[in-house]
Amino acid sequence: MSAISLKNLDISYGPTKVVQGVDIEVAEGESFALVGESGSGKSTVLKAIAGLAPEWTGEISVLGQPRGHMVDHGFARRCQMVFQDPYASLHPRKTVDAVLSEPLQVQGIGNRGRRVVEMLAAVGLDTRFRFRFPHQLSGGQRQRVAIARALMLEPRVMLLDEPTSALDVSVQAEILNLLKRLRREQGLTYLLVTHNLPVVSFMCDRMAVMNKGRIVEIAPATALHDGSFQDPYTQSLYAASGGNPDRKDI
Amino acid sequence: MSPLLDVRNLRVSFPTPQGRAEVVKGLSFTLGRERLGIVGESGSGKSMTGRAILRLIRTPGRQEADRLAFDGIDLTTLSERRMRDLRGARISMIMQDPKFSLNPVMTVGAQIAEALLTHETLARRDVQARVIEMLHAVRINDPERVTGLYPHEVSGGMGQRIMIAMMLIPQPDLLIADEPTSALDVSVQAQVLDLIDELVRDKGMGLILISHDLQLVARYCDRILVMHAGQVVESCAAADLHKARHPYTRGLLAAVPRMEETRDELPVLDRSAWSGT
Ligand SMILES: Nc1ncnc2c1ncn2[C@@H]1O[C@H](COP(=O)(O)OP(=O)(O)OP(=O)(O)O)[C@@H](O)[C@H]1O
Ligand SMILES: Nc1ncnc2c1ncn2[C@@H]1O[C@H](COP(=O)(O)OP(=O)(O)OP(=O)(O)O)[C@@H](O)[C@H]1O
Ligand SMILES: [Mg+2]
Ligand SMILES: [Mg+2]
Repeated sequence: MSAISLKNLDISYGPTKVVQGVDIEVAEGESFALVGESGSGKSTVLKAIAGLAPEWTGEISVLGQPRGHMVDHGFARRCQMVFQDPYASLHPRKTVDAVLSEPLQVQGIGNRGRRVVEMLAAVGLDTRFRFRFPHQLSGGQRQRVAIARALMLEPRVMLLDEPTSALDVSVQAEILNLLKRLRREQGLTYLLVTHNLPVVSFMCDRMAVMNKGRIVEIAPATALHDGSFQDPYTQSLYAASGGNPDRKDI
Repeated sequence: MSPLLDVRNLRVSFPTPQGRAEVVKGLSFTLGRERLGIVGESGSGKSMTGRAILRLIRTPGRQEADRLAFDGIDLTTLSERRMRDLRGARISMIMQDPKFSLNPVMTVGAQIAEALLTHETLARRDVQARVIEMLHAVRINDPERVTGLYPHEVSGGMGQRIMIAMMLIPQPDLLIADEPTSALDVSVQAQVLDLIDELVRDKGMGLILISHDLQLVARYCDRILVMHAGQVVESCAAADLHKARHPYTRGLLAAVPRMEETRDELPVLDRSAWSGT
């Protein structure tokens, strides 16, 4: 069974079709990257899976269950999304504590205080941030709250939209290590959007490359070692990212 | 001649249950018509420093400085009305949260046009042409369509470039750019930063580039300040960054993932080694 299966997926906003003919199969426990041009539709694909971009045709299923066009409450337990824009995704009048304990409350899970404290520590935030509001945090601190919120329900599938692009590399390293460890220990599946190819190299098994609403190539992440890509757009993206400086002979 | 910006003993503080906490603790620097980079850990006070220069710290936050002067103008005593005239026209800031800083009920085109008109008076047709030209310059595909979109209808990377277009179009004397390209891939990032660089060289604009990306700052700045816990812990010429000595700076250099990543875990900083917060 695939963790995420997308078949011939088209997504529109009103009259404009922004994603066309996307086919992706992500295996359970796999970490799969979605990279590509800004505006090519990466966030839109994640939003459709999460049920936030309702105008789509084709097939979407998560852990074997087909996704309908309606909001699906059991879905949150299995699949969580971290948004590209953490400011917009955190409620401005809820404290960090409320943001993190609410999903537990909704699902009737106890021991909330302890879980909140543990999760804050896991994303590298001191407990003094626990009762703050989003506007009282720095950009990177907000991003870490958004990641913590998604992890609270211990979902099996995570949709991660540029989860570390607002973070300095030291904090990024902590978050990536955490995600990698969770995947190893609990068999989580990731669909990760990033513009940072070295992050793909560290985190992912395979990658799909998007350009102008379509997938132009699916390649193993090891193709980043030597740049063995087929599609001209992928090749130019790789070259612009500096190629692999540790193998200048290639 | 007075420098473009003169900052002495800048402090920003917020009330907390444990009393007032300083998040910027006595920062001093001067800036000419040059490029200054500010790097530092998440939460170290970079954004607050940028906002304080524009006097944008909201209550109950408080800012104080022995001196805060722009082009010889004392900003600490300037009226709020004159401060507003400076913002956007002579000093621009690209905020870290572009979508949050854009007006949600105004189209992208109208917002950029408004920014342009604070600077010059132009016929309507010319305004539209300049807006499109600016969107082209920040590598937006299909700018005619994008001018008609609202902020929630653009992608993350488009939002950043729209914000940059809006801040550059009035040709400010000083640009404060807070993580301006964090959502962009390396090639678009380089094109956008080259555009900013051109304005520094040709129009003598001063630049403060706030970023967590050391390589980027080393490439696009002349001087670098490394901040930690509200203070500058290291200051060096951009070319000497690799010689940086502070453990934070050294730790950062090691934590960057590589294109051929074989490490199972990335090294993380031992914060207890130097941080007291
Ligand atoms: N609500 C919306 N209404 C109309 N168009 C939209 C909407 N949201 C996104 N779009 C358009 O869909 C396209 C794809 O956007 P999307 O956010 O998926 O891009 P992306 O690949 O995530 O880019 P980035 O890397 O810049 O975040 C863009 O052209 C954008 O303008
Ligand atoms: N309203 C507030 N009340 C209390 N503390 C605040 C408030 N706003 C910001 N802070 C704190 O001030 C410190 C500095 O924040 P700032 O936004 O300048 O960080 P930064 O260096 O820009 O970090 P990042 O790289 O994550 O954006 C942070 O620790 C933040 O939690
Ligand atoms: Mg996106
Ligand atoms: Mg910041």
